[in-house]
Amino acid sequence: MKLLVCVSKTPDTTTKISFTDNDTNFNTQGVQFIMNPYDEWYALVRALELKEQLGTGTVTIINVGPAANDTVIRKGLAIGADDAVRIDAEPTSGYFTAKQIAEYAKAQGFDMVFLGKETIDYNGAEVGAMVAEMLDMPFISFATSMEVSGNTATIARDIEGGEEILEVDTPFVVSAAKGMAEQRIPNMRGIMTAKRKPLNVVPAVAVEDPVTISKYTLPPAKTDCKYVDSDNMEELVALLHNEAKVL
Amino acid sequence: MAILIYAASTEGKLKKGAFEAVTYGYRTAQALGTEAIAIVLGSAENPGQLGKFGAAKVIHVNDSNLDNFDSQTHTNVLAQAAEKLGADVIICSHDSAGKSILGRLSAKLNAGSVSGVNSVPSGGGEFSVSKNVFSGKAVAEYTIKSANKVLSVMGNTFPPEEVGSDVTPESLDVTVPANRIRVKEVKTVKGTVPLPEAELVVSAGRGMKEPGNWGIIDELADIIGATTACSRPVADSGWRPHHEHVGQTGVAIRPNLYIAIGISGAIQHLAGVNQSKTIVVINKDPEAPFFKAADYGVVGDLFDVVPKLTAAIRNHKAN
Ligand SMILES: Cc1cc2nc3c(=O)[nH]c(=O)nc-3n(C[C@H](O)[C@H](O)[C@H](O)COP(=O)(O)OP(=O)(O)OC[C@H]3O[C@@H](n4cnc5c(N)ncnc54)[C@H](O)[C@@H]3O)c2cc1C
Ligand SMILES: Nc1ncnc2c1ncn2[C@@H]1O[C@H](COP(=O)(O)O)[C@@H](O)[C@H]1O
Repeated sequence: MKLLVCVSKTPDTTTKISFTDNDTNFNTQGVQFIMNPYDEWYALVRALELKEQLGTGTVTIINVGPAANDTVIRKGLAIGADDAVRIDAEPTSGYFTAKQIAEYAKAQGFDMVFLGKETIDYNGAEVGAMVAEMLDMPFISFATSMEVSGNTATIARDIEGGEEILEVDTPFVVSAAKGMAEQRIPNMRGIMTAKRKPLNVVPAVAVEDPVTISKYTLPPAKTDCKYVDSDNMEELVALLHNEAKVL
Repeated sequence: MAILIYAASTEGKLKKGAFEAVTYGYRTAQALGTEAIAIVLGSAENPGQLGKFGAAKVIHVNDSNLDNFDSQTHTNVLAQAAEKLGADVIICSHDSAGKSILGRLSAKLNAGSVSGVNSVPSGGGEFSVSKNVFSGKAVAEYTIKSANKVLSVMGNTFPPEEVGSDVTPESLDVTVPANRIRVKEVKTVKGTVPLPEAELVVSAGRGMKEPGNWGIIDELADIIGATTACSRPVADSGWRPHHEHVGQTGVAIRPNLYIAIGISGAIQHLAGVNQSKTIVVINKDPEAPFFKAADYGVVGDLFDVVPKLTAAIRNHKAN
């Protein structure tokens, strides 16, 4: 099977967020970037496991981003992907990104396209559905497990308060959530071989972006925590009832 | 110009998010000076009640094919409806259905999309909405430039408001294509409010020491009608089921009340709960980082504090 895994680069979870240019741009100064955890831990690893189970196939990584993303892409190759494609453009929206991925994938005949459930920076959870629509494929969001037999996959996905079990035939697009796989740490051999694996840089297609971010703000600072004595839970109940009005 | 709201249902019932989306759609229609039309796909009890929440019209496409949730089929029908009804703004809730629909509609209609919005679009001039980004650490204002627009509404942000009365659902002449996804089974926990929809949440962490101690958590949750949650290590060690895991890698929630018991408040945990309206932290360590994100804090031993809190609530309810 030909498997494609979409990986994005996001600021590390512990990043302090600030903005520049009159609050119109994210300040990347001093920010450590990582591969989006859902892409790395769940989407990529599940694709690799599948290839291992089948004993045949290829796992290709795709990223839409500038040359600075190559370190993140190499990490994906070190974890085990066979080759990688970088669409050379600064991703400006989910729509822009999806167009680039779909444009590349349409003539390649991938059997499955894996994504993370969402990026932890813009929290879009939209690229997967867009790619699926552009490629005219079924889309399964927030998958927590997947078993493949022949050309049919049985997938469990998260829904409110439970899960849905479904079947779908290849080709399809799936976004991965916790449960799909377990994180893999690249080993020394992986890191060495990653350097020799192909990373193809492809020019972007022109896309008119339908959305822009006009301004960022920081949420209002939390007012100080009100402490209640551990022997006076009546007071806490009164505060929750009268002041916060949640009880 | 009109606003079309996808009111999602599951197992024959409208979801909580459907009512929130209609409330949001109504307010959007008011801001833009137009009409809100709700659309229900597949079987659903009493879709006409959406009129109460501001839908001027409710369309019900009651085709059994639509009970099997396939985002491609639903998107196809929604796109046909948008065209027939002249809708250029489509709204859904940011839940498991909406997250599979929003992107597809955006691609199909070449529409700019913003997911998980938390503000009503500004009327006149630019079409701008805001949403939380960086897992709640910032807010971004988006401007949509395309003629068609799709939005998904963040849960528990626009509580349903009754502004009108029931309407009679209408049908619409659309073609329902065949599904490519075959839903085999829908398993939901009955009797409790699903975590993403819960307004009250009682959550516990490693401070509980062992899974056998959860009785005091269940008791507190029961008495206020809350849903239970937990930190990641608790779910990872199998002390609690995975669907209870909240945070960066688990479920992101924004209830009205989040009570965190024996949880340190690591940044990855906070990322999933920091948008809760009121946060109560119970921790024996006065230096626990969670207190910085708390509205109310109790420094003390949870095994002592939690039963006392439960008793105080029981008293309060009795009076
Ligand atoms: C990439 C990444 C993603 C992550 N994603 C998540 C996530 O989604 N969700 C998540 O929760 N974590 C996540 N984590 C883990 C996170 O960093 C913390 O390790 C975790 O949240 C800690 O769980 P805890 O607070 O239950 O345990 P601990 O950190 O061990 O804290 C236990 C707390 O209980 C208190 N305590 C102990 N005994 C008592 C007592 N008797 N009475 C009162 N208080 C007591 C202690 O003072 C302490 O503050 C992630 C980590 C990484 C690196
Ligand atoms: N720039 C990008 N390049 C490749 N894949 C991406 C990019 N941005 C997002 N994705 C993929 O799309 C998923 C969902 O992203 P989003 O819709 O932005 O939350 C991510 O988990 C990635 O798998």
